[in-house]
Amino acid sequence: MTKYILKRLFYLVLTLLIIASITFFMMKGLPGTPYTNQNKMSPTQLAALNQKYGFNKPLFEQYLMYMNNLVHGDLGTSFQFNNEPVTQLIGDHIGPSMQLGLQAMILGSLLGIVFGSIAAIKKNTWIDSLTTIVSILGLSIPSFVLAVLLQYYLGYKLHWFPVALWHGFSSSILPTLALAAFPLASIARYMRTEMVDVLNSDYIELAKAKGDASWQVIVKHALRNSLIPIITVVGPMAVTIMTGSMVVESIFSIPGIGDQFVQSILTNDYPTIMGLTLFYSFLMVVVILIVDILYGIIDPRIRLGKGGKA
Amino acid sequence: MSQYLPPEETEFQYVSNDLSNIPQEVSGASRTYFQDVKRRFVHNKVAMVSFFLLILIVLIAFVGPFFVPTDPNTQNVLFANLPPKLGNLNIPGLNGMQTVGGKTINAYQAAHVPHGTYYLFGTDYLGRDLFARILYGTRLSIIVAIVATLLDLLIGVPYGIISGLASERVDTFLQRVIEIISSVPDLIVVILLLIVLKPGLTSIIIAIAFTGWITMARLIRAQVFKLKQNEYVLASETLGESKWKISIRHLLPNLSSTIIIQTMFSIPTAIFFEAFLSFIGIGIPAPSASLGTLMNDGQKAFHFLPYQMWIPAIILSLIMITTNLLGDGMRDAFDPQSD
Repeated sequence: MTKYILKRLFYLVLTLLIIASITFFMMKGLPGTPYTNQNKMSPTQLAALNQKYGFNKPLFEQYLMYMNNLVHGDLGTSFQFNNEPVTQLIGDHIGPSMQLGLQAMILGSLLGIVFGSIAAIKKNTWIDSLTTIVSILGLSIPSFVLAVLLQYYLGYKLHWFPVALWHGFSSSILPTLALAAFPLASIARYMRTEMVDVLNSDYIELAKAKGDASWQVIVKHALRNSLIPIITVVGPMAVTIMTGSMVVESIFSIPGIGDQFVQSILTNDYPTIMGLTLFYSFLMVVVILIVDILYGIIDPRIRLGKGGKA
Repeated sequence: MSQYLPPEETEFQYVSNDLSNIPQEVSGASRTYFQDVKRRFVHNKVAMVSFFLLILIVLIAFVGPFFVPTDPNTQNVLFANLPPKLGNLNIPGLNGMQTVGGKTINAYQAAHVPHGTYYLFGTDYLGRDLFARILYGTRLSIIVAIVATLLDLLIGVPYGIISGLASERVDTFLQRVIEIISSVPDLIVVILLLIVLKPGLTSIIIAIAFTGWITMARLIRAQVFKLKQNEYVLASETLGESKWKISIRHLLPNLSSTIIIQTMFSIPTAIFFEAFLSFIGIGIPAPSASLGTLMNDGQKAFHFLPYQMWIPAIILSLIMITTNLLGDGMRDAFDPQSD
């Protein structure tokens, strides 16, 4: 187990280094500079700025510098937002994004599990069909469409919730709802499939034969066993939700990292783009690793590190 | 025979002694796998409705522009932000009336629009005909999705087959590449590529396809691993067929269901990505319209002129819903046990 985790950690670091290198050379290959008003600058001014950011050095040297800083936890300096270090920028804006992502995932997973289970238990009834319709809608309607609609009807027309900005929990409700639709729908579908499978299995038959009350069978045996595969879906989905929140954050003017990412794209702020890319990738690989380890712990049928998992 | 007992009174029927009357042929021609699939698909009402709805949307988007002479990019600032109007019919929401500051006015009279000119979906902030823009925008979104999905196929299927058939070392290498790409969230990969490539239609298609093929490659590889165990593959290997021939002759036909189903599910993903990118302002460059850019434009004035965002949003959602349902229907048709 320890050997397996160490091996995975090694690959994790390697993957991140490769991603960092690729993004570095991609960004360096771009035409144009991050300076605004470049035409108004004198050659001396430009040279001074290039000197400051190290742009006058050979590419490979810049690369080594960047990687060296990276290993020491320095993601560079943002070209906008008062030359703030990118790490500080992420630190300052991660709060709202994390909160939105977690709230949406918790709400979506819980409701998804409940709806999916009910649909499986009441298979081929109107409840099942209703859940199917809801999950198709949730999968199909993009979060940003939902965000704008919620903002208009529940915020602007009905005044139930704040329309925009970030002032406490009430501001997080509408964006959370917009973001929760996708995980809800998707988990409900997985849950239904899993639960239908499990309900048809022999051990459920046995539990029923033993005379367990039907709700006991469902909670104790069916639910637990159906939840195992859901874990693998939930982790990466949480990261996807966080990246997807960038447009929702823009719509609701929430100062999260997603909104920063959009801003940095529109202003060619390369260090921030690179830093946030790396940050999101870091989240992704860590979450996948945790999920894999958890999976092995929860389900003893899966043995880690024996070449079983490709 | 029915002269003894009416047939509805018993499940059995009397048969005469004359054997020549008994139909000997009990079964029809056996059905092929694809005939079975087709039959199951046609019996799935939801899938059929989605199928025809999608065909209708695609037809309107592709044929419509030939019948609508209005240019989608012609600006007429005098006629900006006109509400939807259909002829001189007085249908609420389609009569050109607009509420400004609590008063309902006839926006068309106020803007001195010549009699007989009307905009079915209204006009946008530059006075461009939204009906024409939505027609062209839907078409563009569909083109992006279809081309990106075809690229997914062209890259993903060979990659998956090679990875599944090649030696373990090659397979490991190919899987590491996939692992690295999928370590970066899809949206971020697409955005990074769009920053690097020149803005335009081609870049968007490439960027979307760049993440899309991975799911396809993974599914195909898993399927190839399963198929490899079959006797017919072993037999053709023993007979000395090359891996190339085996994959074309034996594997590809057996992979077709996986490919078709996954292709169906790639289309809504591609449509979503395009809309997302255009919505945050790095997608299709102006003045071209796609459903995403139209929603982006519409969202700016959504509080006052909701129709500008409503219509593209509904069309986008409709396409997403029908393609998803169609994918579901195909999966059920190809693999009836999956439910």
